[in-house]
Amino acid sequence: MNLGELARNRAMALKTGALALALAVMPQAVLAQDAAEAGDAAAAAAPAVEAVARMAPTPGKGMPTDGGIFFQNQYSPIGDYAIWMHDAVLMPVITVITLLVLLLLLFVIVRFNRRSNPTPSKTSHNTLIEVIWTLVPVLILVGIAVPSIDLLAKQYKSPPADALTVKITGNQWFWTYSYPDNGEVEFDSKMLNEPNGPIINAGVRVVGTDPSDGPGQLEVDNRLVLPVGEPIRLQVTASDVIHSFAVPSLWFKLDAVPGRLNEKMLFIKEPGVYYGQCSELCGVKHGYMPIAVEALPRKEFDAWLLSQGGTLAKADAKAKTEPAAAGDEAAEAAPAEQAEQEAAAPAA
Amino acid sequence: MATTAETFQGHAESHDHAHDHDHKPGFFARWFMSTNHKDIGTLYLIFAIFAGVVGGAISGIMRAELAEPGIQYLQWWTGFLGGNGADFNEALHLWNVLITAHGLIMVFFMVMPAVIGGFGNWFVPIMIGAPDMAFPRMNNISFWLTVAGFCSLMISPFVPGGTGNGAGVGWTVYAPLSTYGAQGPAMDFAIFALHLAGAASIMGAINFITTIFNMRAPGMTLHKMPLFVWSVLVTAFLLLLALPVLAAAITMLLTDRNFGTTFFDPAGGGDPILYQHLFWFFGHPEVYIMILPGFGIISQIVATFSKKPVFGYLGMAYAMVAIGVVGFIVWAHHMYTTGLDVNTKMYFTAATMVIAVPTGVKIFSWIATMWGGSLEFKSPMVWALGFIFLFTVGGVTGVVLANGGVDDNLHDTYYVVAHFHYVLSLGAVTALFAGFYYWFPKMSGRMYSEVLAHVHFWVFFVGVNLIFFPMHFLGLQGMPRRYPDYALAYTHWNEVSTFGYKIMAVSVFLFFLNVIYAFVAGKKAEGNYWGEGATTLEWTLSSPPPFHQFETLPVIEDAPAH
Repeated sequence: MNLGELARNRAMALKTGALALALAVMPQAVLAQDAAEAGDAAAAAAPAVEAVARMAPTPGKGMPTDGGIFFQNQYSPIGDYAIWMHDAVLMPVITVITLLVLLLLLFVIVRFNRRSNPTPSKTSHNTLIEVIWTLVPVLILVGIAVPSIDLLAKQYKSPPADALTVKITGNQWFWTYSYPDNGEVEFDSKMLNEPNGPIINAGVRVVGTDPSDGPGQLEVDNRLVLPVGEPIRLQVTASDVIHSFAVPSLWFKLDAVPGRLNEKMLFIKEPGVYYGQCSELCGVKHGYMPIAVEALPRKEFDAWLLSQGGTLAKADAKAKTEPAAAGDEAAEAAPAEQAEQEAAAPAA
Repeated sequence: MATTAETFQGHAESHDHAHDHDHKPGFFARWFMSTNHKDIGTLYLIFAIFAGVVGGAISGIMRAELAEPGIQYLQWWTGFLGGNGADFNEALHLWNVLITAHGLIMVFFMVMPAVIGGFGNWFVPIMIGAPDMAFPRMNNISFWLTVAGFCSLMISPFVPGGTGNGAGVGWTVYAPLSTYGAQGPAMDFAIFALHLAGAASIMGAINFITTIFNMRAPGMTLHKMPLFVWSVLVTAFLLLLALPVLAAAITMLLTDRNFGTTFFDPAGGGDPILYQHLFWFFGHPEVYIMILPGFGIISQIVATFSKKPVFGYLGMAYAMVAIGVVGFIVWAHHMYTTGLDVNTKMYFTAATMVIAVPTGVKIFSWIATMWGGSLEFKSPMVWALGFIFLFTVGGVTGVVLANGGVDDNLHDTYYVVAHFHYVLSLGAVTALFAGFYYWFPKMSGRMYSEVLAHVHFWVFFVGVNLIFFPMHFLGLQGMPRRYPDYALAYTHWNEVSTFGYKIMAVSVFLFFLNVIYAFVAGKKAEGNYWGEGATTLEWTLSSPPPFHQFETLPVIEDAPAH
């Protein structure tokens, strides 16, 4: 046992204590954990989510609004940047170009019609103007390309090594969320049935039967719960055909491709419920596999994770499964663990 | 070329009138075994109009369903089409069948046959002063293979496709939804339809390239060709280079489905993204295949009704060449969310925006052509003006979508649907109607009602804008494509869009009314009914032109022919 591992064990002991305290105040969560151990993680998740009060969405936040004509409000830094790119750069440019073309057309129609200009000119070349209308668009496009490329670079920034990892699997026609570094937490997320509508998902309740339910066709039984204010690593894949994991208000869309593991960083600025929908045609119920992200402050997130039978220490989980690699990673993982302990302790 | 047709029906008319230029074969030989480019062009146009009505009716079913949230009509339609009307899943599957059929019909069996098969066949040989196409019989089989492809596509919705009848995979036919995700023969019929249509287009492309390179009249140099001929030439090269890639991709789909290969199945070492690369390597040039001949048509019309030669002729011709070339190296902008790496995404963002430059050159050159002209607002010109504006709107949203970082939110939403319908439904189709009103009297010998053609334009213009402009809002708000149902918040703009469809549908009736009017009561058309502005070779012939034109080749003078 090297030094790093020793430190890790001590940290684990501390955490176990915190865990026990946390469990003591959450009897329902204990039940959930037992059930999870029984095997069917997906089934167990349903009652467990209720254990930590489910957040009611704010109307108009993280969802489309009636008759809206613009982007949904953004709750991630990349969304802020992208919406600036769209509002401050692209929209003015395309509006001006469209209006310019329209004005030129109207001017030509009024000024050069048969009555006002009976004798047509024979001009068919003007090198200067042709060079101008080739070069000016080039300059405009370069002006667009600079922030656009910068935006792309920022979108591809990797999350830090100790970031929370969530694996998202698209299935026909529901999503599976798992937290691979936080124990055995894995559950399915299915759309709630519509009142008076045909049953989309058997055994799932009707939307509106819980006060925390959001809009129909967007609300699900088990939301993807994520912490706010920190980078999160989302890994997206699919088990059957291609799906696409999309949340418009977080400026996030990544295809779920069978045989591939797509990864992208997500950073959510404030707590809330954010809705999205599958965005790649995936068969019969493509329209009925929405996404609901419930973003919680770290403390509440940890409590939720524990209520699911999860663990808080990402590195611990790794140590169990990959003992050989543990030594190398210990130094790197230790600060993260400390942060997690600090977060866990007050929760207890 | 005339000899081909003559020898063929030689036994029908035993005494040959060498001086009679205009004898036509009997009905069956003329329309079913045709080797005459004008007859084949007419067949293509009739076929495209028929397919357009089918594809348009399908979009009517879709717009009706989307008028309100919830599923209202799909179950009735499944029952009507011979499925189990009580099964909700079959109804949802039918939705996917409808979007697939609408896309494939409009792309492969409406726009392409109309612009290339129809107007291309009719006017490319005439405009270059050739008696016919280089390979008249191949021309004929191109047409009938297109019809066969359409039949295959029409069989598809009536045979099993997994959950219900038909292939519900979208026009992009993405694997693995189209391989192990779609059971039954419906998918194979749809794929085979693409094979047939693709083979037809490749043969058509060979025919056009050969004709344009080898059969121009004396004095008709490449740089004197009318811009419509240039546009078809560039389009033919795009077809020739892009369609074999599609053929390869969909053949791999067929072997994945039926012969145990795993090109696109990760379980066997394949990759679903490979299919997307192959498809869009074809698919992006395909959108220019649909719009370039439209550019050519608009150039002819703008010059004619401005009574001026096209401004910056060489710039216009080489802008199309540039669009064609760049069109081949931007395909992955359709795949921004598939997990491309950052450098790839940056490249495709930059390359895609480059296309805006030659497209801008075209828009500005059309305006410059009109500048200083003596504009006459006959119906083709009104349609052409509408085209320039609508295509600009569709073009600038393309610049928005070109940005990979912005597309992350808009990809696969209604914003994309709005964008490509502005360039195709409002762009290519408007160009088609412009061309139709420009050349219909030339083809039929009958004038249509000018008033009705104007009314048609305005009703269509209002209708399509009401259908498609609100889709930008829906897309910005995040409504995904290919959904039969939606959250309540999306109701308002969907209602507006469906209302627009009703107006557009009225305009289609006006169009047919006008065609009927032309044949029943239309005045006889003169050879050059547009007057001094119309300078290309088709205006030197009678309306309709003789069955075999240019038996003595015209000689092109030094004056520019565009």
